[in-house]
Amino acid sequence: MSLRIVVTVKYVPDATGDRHFADDLTVDRDDVDGLLSELDEYAVEQALQISENSDDDVEITVLTVGPEDAKDALRKALSMGADKAIHVEDDDLHGTDALGTSLVLAKAIEKAGYDLVISGMASTDGTMGVVPALLAERLGVPQVTLLSEVSVEDGTVKGRRDGDAASEQLEASLPAVVSVTDQSGEARYPSFKGIMAAKKKPVESWDLSDLDIEAEEVGLEGAYTVVDAATERPARTAGTIVKDEGEGGKQLAEFLASQKFI
Amino acid sequence: MAEVLVYVDHVDGAVRKPTLELLTLARRVGEPVAVALGNGAADTAAALAEHGAVKVLTHDASEYADYLVVPKVDALQAAVEAVSPAAVLVPSSAEGKEIAARLALRLGSGIITDAVDLEAGDEGPVATQSVFAASFTTKSRVSKGTPVITVKPNSAAVEAAPAAGAVEALAVTFSAQATGTKVTARTPRESTGRPELTEAAIVVSGGRGVNGAENFSIIEALADSLGAAVGASRAAVDAGWYPHTNQVGQTGKSVSPQLYIASGISGAIQHRAGMQTSKTIVAINKDAEAPIFELVDYGVVGDLFDVVPALTEEIKTRKG
Ligand SMILES: Cc1cc2nc3c(=O)[nH]c(=O)nc-3n(C[C@H](O)[C@H](O)[C@H](O)COP(=O)(O)OP(=O)(O)OC[C@H]3O[C@@H](n4cnc5c(N)ncnc54)[C@H](O)[C@@H]3O)c2cc1C
Ligand SMILES: Nc1ncnc2c1ncn2[C@@H]1O[C@H](COP(=O)(O)O)[C@@H](O)[C@H]1O
Repeated sequence: MSLRIVVTVKYVPDATGDRHFADDLTVDRDDVDGLLSELDEYAVEQALQISENSDDDVEITVLTVGPEDAKDALRKALSMGADKAIHVEDDDLHGTDALGTSLVLAKAIEKAGYDLVISGMASTDGTMGVVPALLAERLGVPQVTLLSEVSVEDGTVKGRRDGDAASEQLEASLPAVVSVTDQSGEARYPSFKGIMAAKKKPVESWDLSDLDIEAEEVGLEGAYTVVDAATERPARTAGTIVKDEGEGGKQLAEFLASQKFI
Repeated sequence: MAEVLVYVDHVDGAVRKPTLELLTLARRVGEPVAVALGNGAADTAAALAEHGAVKVLTHDASEYADYLVVPKVDALQAAVEAVSPAAVLVPSSAEGKEIAARLALRLGSGIITDAVDLEAGDEGPVATQSVFAASFTTKSRVSKGTPVITVKPNSAAVEAAPAAGAVEALAVTFSAQATGTKVTARTPRESTGRPELTEAAIVVSGGRGVNGAENFSIIEALADSLGAAVGASRAAVDAGWYPHTNQVGQTGKSVSPQLYIASGISGAIQHRAGMQTSKTIVAINKDAEAPIFELVDYGVVGDLFDVVPALTEEIKTRKG
């Protein structure tokens, strides 16, 4: 048997950089270095572990929708151990929202062929955490999302979802869409061998016409939401900082009392 | 006036606070009609009516507990079809966002997640969001279809606004996808007796500086002296000192309390993402250069093992 896994990975501006908006109120991707979203490394890692624990013939494809530089994210995933990559790139994609992104990803996943889709829990720039659910809805397959533990056996995916009110054990038949959290286990670092091997792995490029998607369905024009304004949060006014010389606790209590917290 | 659907988050009929906040926001945009599903759905009516729900649509079926997300999407879709609302508001929990997203896709509507405020606008509801680890504030609106908006806890005050709250049965037909993901076991969280992290007025958090699971009792004692919830940084959670459910930050809970007290936390961007919008921020850290001090209203440079117990003592004395 074979198992085809597609891992969706996003190329995002570095969270520790100075992220901001471009003039059209889309995320500025030019001024801040980009990288493979850390939360998607966990998805790649779980795909690799499923592959390592499987007797089946597993093929891992990493898929991204993003600008030219998004290739870097694919390279990183390939150097971690994924087998091949697909890059969906098109000028008309600029400004695409989550609904549009899920359309492009779903069409690409169907074209690539899949038994299991693995996504991260959220992108570190948009942080919506909705694309995996949207993919399940579009593909018409079960969503087994926000897992902190995942396993695949005999055509069934199982996992643990730690929610607010309860921790749940979930189960669904393949094909399915899974998302994993940062509790699912540290992602491996690419080895030197992995980095060298990645250079020879195939990266396919698709554009919207390859996926039968019209330009109007995506991009800023196709978006279902409009951002009317983005303002930088004013820097917090400098607070009082004291050094503890035995009275720090008391001074803090005094402050809290002055603010009516005590 | 147009109706606004509010998805009710409840546990066996006990309505959780964020839903009551949603009713406050919903009243700015229209007449709130609540949708309560699952075990105890009808028991939510009194609390919802008290806070402004003109109608409460209820439906109970075992599918809501036995299968993930989709049965709730089916029900909410049925409610939208029955009511033709001006907007749909959903609490911004992990599940709430997934329900909202699938609903929006089915309706051909736009979705906005994690709103922290909502007001009526000429072209429909305008949502305020806090983005890039809360360093920017945006105003957005849905431009196609029925706006579906998820709202974070603590985004509005709970206000009493008595309304009819008439209970009506909602007719739901489950889709073929509804039973796709089975919940085979469920372990409810044990209650700590402390306030819910995302709902608490005061949050007291500990980080790597707390240096051990056993030392978290110092943080808990401070929290209890203030009636606060306890939070933790990811470093403390990853070290196994405190449960992940208490993690504050990008991949944990996002909190916006009146008062946030960080002890032994450096203030990394991913931690800030979950607490930066707190009204008053206090930090105790032995490193005067720690970035958390850039955020504070009051900071103490010192050893938390000295400062925190002294603070707790002083609070107890003052409270008598
Ligand atoms: C994708 C991603 C998601 C993440 N999500 C989160 C998240 O949700 N939440 C989160 O918190 N982090 C998150 N992180 C991790 C984050 O980057 C930091 O590593 C983490 O917040 C550090 O925790 P800390 O401040 O407790 O530890 P440190 O950064 O090690 O800081 C410990 C602090 O304690 C002080 N200290 C030590 N001893 C004492 C003492 N005795 N008295 C007083 N002060 C003392 C030190 O001076 C130091 O400032 C995420 C990272 C990534 C990449
Ligand atoms: N442009 C993209 N390309 C590939 N995968 C994506 C993209 N956007 C989102 N995803 C996937 O969807 C997950 C959730 O993203 P989001 O809903 O945007 O927070 C991410 O962790 C990725 O796995």
